[in-house]
Amino acid sequence: MLILAILAIPFTMTIISASFAWRPWVGWTSAASSAAFLGLGIWLSVATLSAPQWALHHSFRADSLSAFMVVVIGTVSLLATLFTPRTMHQEITSGVTTARYARHYVVLMQVFITCMLSAVLTANLGVLWVSIEATTIATTFLVSHRRTDGAFEASWKYVILCSIGIALAFLGTVLIYYAQLHAGGPVHSSSLDWTSVMSLAHHLDPNVTRLAFALLVVGYGTKVGLVPMHSWLPDAHSQAPAPVSALMSGVLLTVAFYGLLRFRAVAVAALGPAFPRALLLVVGIASLLLATVMLIAQRDLKRMLAYSSIEHMGLLAIGAAVGTPLAIAAVLLHILGHGITKAVLFLSSGEIYHLEGTTEIAKISGLLARRPTLAGIFGFGLLSLVALPPFSLFVSELTMARAEVDAGLWWVVAISLVCLSVIFAALTRHARQILMGARVEGTLPSSLSSSVAVPLITALVACVALGVFSWPLQSLLTHAAQGVMP
Amino acid sequence: MNSTYIATLELAAGAVLLSAIMTLWRRNVRSIVAMLSVQGMALAAVAIVLALHEHEHALLITGCLVFLVKGLVVPHLLRRVSLLDPRSRESRPLVNVPASLVFAAALIVLSYVVGTRITSLSPSSATHLAPLGLATVLVGYFMLVTRRRAVSKIVGLILVDNGIALVTFLLTSGVPLIVELGSSLDVLLVVVVLQFLMVSMRRHSDTDRLTEMKALHD
Repeated sequence: MLILAILAIPFTMTIISASFAWRPWVGWTSAASSAAFLGLGIWLSVATLSAPQWALHHSFRADSLSAFMVVVIGTVSLLATLFTPRTMHQEITSGVTTARYARHYVVLMQVFITCMLSAVLTANLGVLWVSIEATTIATTFLVSHRRTDGAFEASWKYVILCSIGIALAFLGTVLIYYAQLHAGGPVHSSSLDWTSVMSLAHHLDPNVTRLAFALLVVGYGTKVGLVPMHSWLPDAHSQAPAPVSALMSGVLLTVAFYGLLRFRAVAVAALGPAFPRALLLVVGIASLLLATVMLIAQRDLKRMLAYSSIEHMGLLAIGAAVGTPLAIAAVLLHILGHGITKAVLFLSSGEIYHLEGTTEIAKISGLLARRPTLAGIFGFGLLSLVALPPFSLFVSELTMARAEVDAGLWWVVAISLVCLSVIFAALTRHARQILMGARVEGTLPSSLSSSVAVPLITALVACVALGVFSWPLQSLLTHAAQGVMP
Repeated sequence: MNSTYIATLELAAGAVLLSAIMTLWRRNVRSIVAMLSVQGMALAAVAIVLALHEHEHALLITGCLVFLVKGLVVPHLLRRVSLLDPRSRESRPLVNVPASLVFAAALIVLSYVVGTRITSLSPSSATHLAPLGLATVLVGYFMLVTRRRAVSKIVGLILVDNGIALVTFLLTSGVPLIVELGSSLDVLLVVVVLQFLMVSMRRHSDTDRLTEMKALHD
């Protein structure tokens, strides 16, 4: 019941926003709907601690991992939808968009959210693929929302690259199905169900599973933004409106990563831990290295945030490669912390773009003197992003490092530490330019509307709270991690 | 009965790969689109032959769906896109046509090398043809990488998708119907999205920008 209610809320909101012309109340209702399914998601998390929940004749299934992902999606959606009325108002008054496109925007946001929820709540690994591919279609129009050359180019690259990437994931899913049929799996509609795949996972043919998992890592890796199929990410994230970037970077990447977590469990059961670990380590470390290099000389604020997403996705892949329950729990906490932090940063960078008219780092300076609240939020967001204590990313990165040491992967800790230090230095340098660079004369200090400040500050406080008291989540995280242990 | 089944299956699966190679050979967008239509119908034939042989009703539905979507609707959409484009020829492929055909031959050999490792798991007359599907996928990727025109990229994407569908039918007699429905719908929507983007870009700026795509970089 709970699962259906969670899916029904954004679905109903899609219909509501499609049937009324754009008005601010539509935007506020969509924010309320995000809050509602976030609440139900928390309820679902509590329910899954005792047993997985099912709905609609086993079409949908929620274990603690799914419920946790619903909470992540809910939190970031709430932040993003709270900014919808403001963003649309700004864009309509400045002539960037019209009421007609504002309506499309709200509808597509809800379709996007519905697809992500169905990806994490479905029981079937094939439907998981269909849902993730469907997010591509919804977000394409959101990326091209501003209808500039850059926006069209970004969305063109996004569709082409993500479609060919995700096609590989489909081939991988088909091969898993083939191996499962050969291992004596059922030939009916429930045959790609997570539970039935897992029950046969130990008997899957290693040759086929190895090829399938490689295809799945590259395929879902495309949507996660992992090297070698990452190049759509900086373009799409820098061209989309700020709330869309927040949702894409904060949750869409990790929803695709959720698919990888599921298939990793299948692969480990069939092949043993060595092959999945090697593959995930290669893509994870490669992504981390690439992000480090690209962040050093980055000139654009939003592209900087996008490359930082590649960095964090690399860290997640490394954590998943280690694969111990501790590492997976840390990965999940990292998913939540990164989602909130990235949402705050993208939303405040949207505000900076609105006020300054540019996202070029060299052209924004002395923000702290001119717009202290906004600059403060942005600065603390960056501190959270580089994983300083007491923010939750610090806790999750530290725990991942501990899990890596426990697994004997000292060299991985060493590489990550070097990359993270370089990234820390690079981001600090960019932040100093933006926040404390030479003051531009002629612009007066202006105060930030509380409708912007309150949600963002609350979100940052939540990151700190997660870092200091992660105990309310602890049982959920360990339970969720157990769910993807082979 | 059995030999007719195998012969028809081989013919249809072979036609899928052959039409993929023809898309590399032809330069005129209209004839490329016609090849895609043939390919979609051959793919539907594979599904229907398999369904009749194995008495699988779900696969029969899938076959009809494939015929509609990949044999008729998608080629129709592409034909409309190509009408918008004044220069309907692939003028400067990165790899010229004869070299492309040699590459395609190499890709077929490669997919047999990889494919036999998969098909040896459950050898049958259907699974033995699966490397043809893998070859179609690889030809599709080759097209995506070496052709510059936007329409050619869409064609490459469809080739990849049809190849995967062929592998799916031959190895597993089709994935569960709900997944098949979803993936067909997704493919259709992706083509619609790309068509929309092409039309908007053309309306928004001059034609040549489309192929260059150089506004965004680091």
